[in-house]
Amino acid sequence: MTDRTTLSHLDLETPEKPFLDANELVINMGPQHPATHGVLRVILRLDGEKVLGLECVIGYLHRGVEKIGEHRTYTMFNPYVDRMDYVAAVSNGLGYCETVEKLLHVEAPPRAQHVRVILTELNRLASHQLWLGTHALDIGAITPLFYTFRDREEILKIFEKYCGARLTTHAFRIGGLQYETYAGFEQEVKNFLTFLKPKIDEYEELLTTNRIWVERTKDVGRISAADCIGLGVTGPVLRASGVKWDLRKAQPYACYKNFDFEIPIGENGDTYDRYLVRMAEMRQSVRIIEQAVDALPEGPIMAKVPKVMKPAAGEVYHSIEAPKGELGYFIVSDGSTQPYRVRVRPPSFVNLQALDIMCRGQLVGDVIAVIGTLDIVLGEVDR
Amino acid sequence: MVAKLKRMYGSGVEPLTYTGQNYMIVDRSLIPEILQVLRNEEQFDYCVDITAVHYPQREKQFDLVWVLYSFARNERIRVKTLIADGATVESSVPIWPTANWLEREVFDMFGIRFDGHPDMKRILLPEEWKGHPLRKDYGILQQDNEWVQINLGIESGQ
Repeated sequence: MTDRTTLSHLDLETPEKPFLDANELVINMGPQHPATHGVLRVILRLDGEKVLGLECVIGYLHRGVEKIGEHRTYTMFNPYVDRMDYVAAVSNGLGYCETVEKLLHVEAPPRAQHVRVILTELNRLASHQLWLGTHALDIGAITPLFYTFRDREEILKIFEKYCGARLTTHAFRIGGLQYETYAGFEQEVKNFLTFLKPKIDEYEELLTTNRIWVERTKDVGRISAADCIGLGVTGPVLRASGVKWDLRKAQPYACYKNFDFEIPIGENGDTYDRYLVRMAEMRQSVRIIEQAVDALPEGPIMAKVPKVMKPAAGEVYHSIEAPKGELGYFIVSDGSTQPYRVRVRPPSFVNLQALDIMCRGQLVGDVIAVIGTLDIVLGEVDR
Repeated sequence: MVAKLKRMYGSGVEPLTYTGQNYMIVDRSLIPEILQVLRNEEQFDYCVDITAVHYPQREKQFDLVWVLYSFARNERIRVKTLIADGATVESSVPIWPTANWLEREVFDMFGIRFDGHPDMKRILLPEEWKGHPLRKDYGILQQDNEWVQINLGIESGQ
């Protein structure tokens, strides 16, 4: 099962010893396939049921977000970033706003920073819930989907009440927030956390010791820490391979340094460990939100930013820990109202590159499990 | 570290800082060597991103940028080089395997080729597409009309 090749064998042309004396079979999976979480096409090279290698064909959702950025003002481009990772739109917005704030040399006021952390962590919960539901569904467990979507709804309700949108929220503005929190916001978030905590236990009860789940995920899609680093894989996938690295701790942004939380890590770097890491991360997010709500300061929600934003010429790279991994923005300003270049460093795109090495030597059915465990969003892969 | 590189390579390396972020402009001919040194001796083991910026009015039209991170030092650095249109750069896939897709994207969007890349082809756009969209001379509404007509059957090509 663990017949995996080294990094030097990334291309598909590499000759490999056949597992059985049979002809090699090339089959196509996708682009319209329920388990690829979007329009992803995978060309599989098989020997019987064993995967010899695979190639991803992407770009079906390419909308040219980076090009659009060059033709919009800094403010106008803000809603576009929500459409990349559409299940974690708040994180995208946070990364973008903070990068432009760096270019403008402004910092959001403390109250805005706290609200940002609360909403971003709520979004991380929502993203992980969506991941858990769909990943379990792919593997054949239908119930978790109903549980997680039922509970995710409560988060979306908070978003809707706060900014009017459920998915593509455009919750933040450059320099802070547009809207003050609504009356009863703190209480509602607290109530939600009290509601959610036993629900996370419930998800775990369904899966963690479930024999079918364990058999389908243990030792499937293993990746070592060295391979993760070499391939630039970040987020829960990297942490499940045993690397204790989280940008919220390593290079704290917003006001994460005020809060006390752990970085959960795994040992084996297999699908089961990635599941455990994400479950533990949800509990940590709950902890962060609790602290942020309690510490929510009074004060302004918007820094002093000019109506017409013209950052001084220069370039800045800033990244945040999105639910999927390191989400970076590299913005070049030429001193005008529009960015000269916006580059998005998407975690899903870079993580997807590891699919080949993770699937080699596995069975066809495991490819589905590995795509699910990578937690990709094709809107972000293709941009 | 930067002082050491400066001593080793002289005027080929120019270290700079903007808003607290370090980057250096490196001569194109020194790129393979400096990336290797950063990876092996300075522990920049994680290649975060490779991208480019197009300045059509310059003689050397492209900025090519590597964003690197070191887990051991918890430090980021950007390496930048200026290259002319049509010039190529040594691929960094042997140094960081993650460069594979990142370099393909740079090629797709800007038309910059990387020498020694194992699979130098487009990644987001179709293989037969003409033009590189993130160049400044490529209009925002521009498309490869011929490709659209043939493959999507849309008469106007838009």
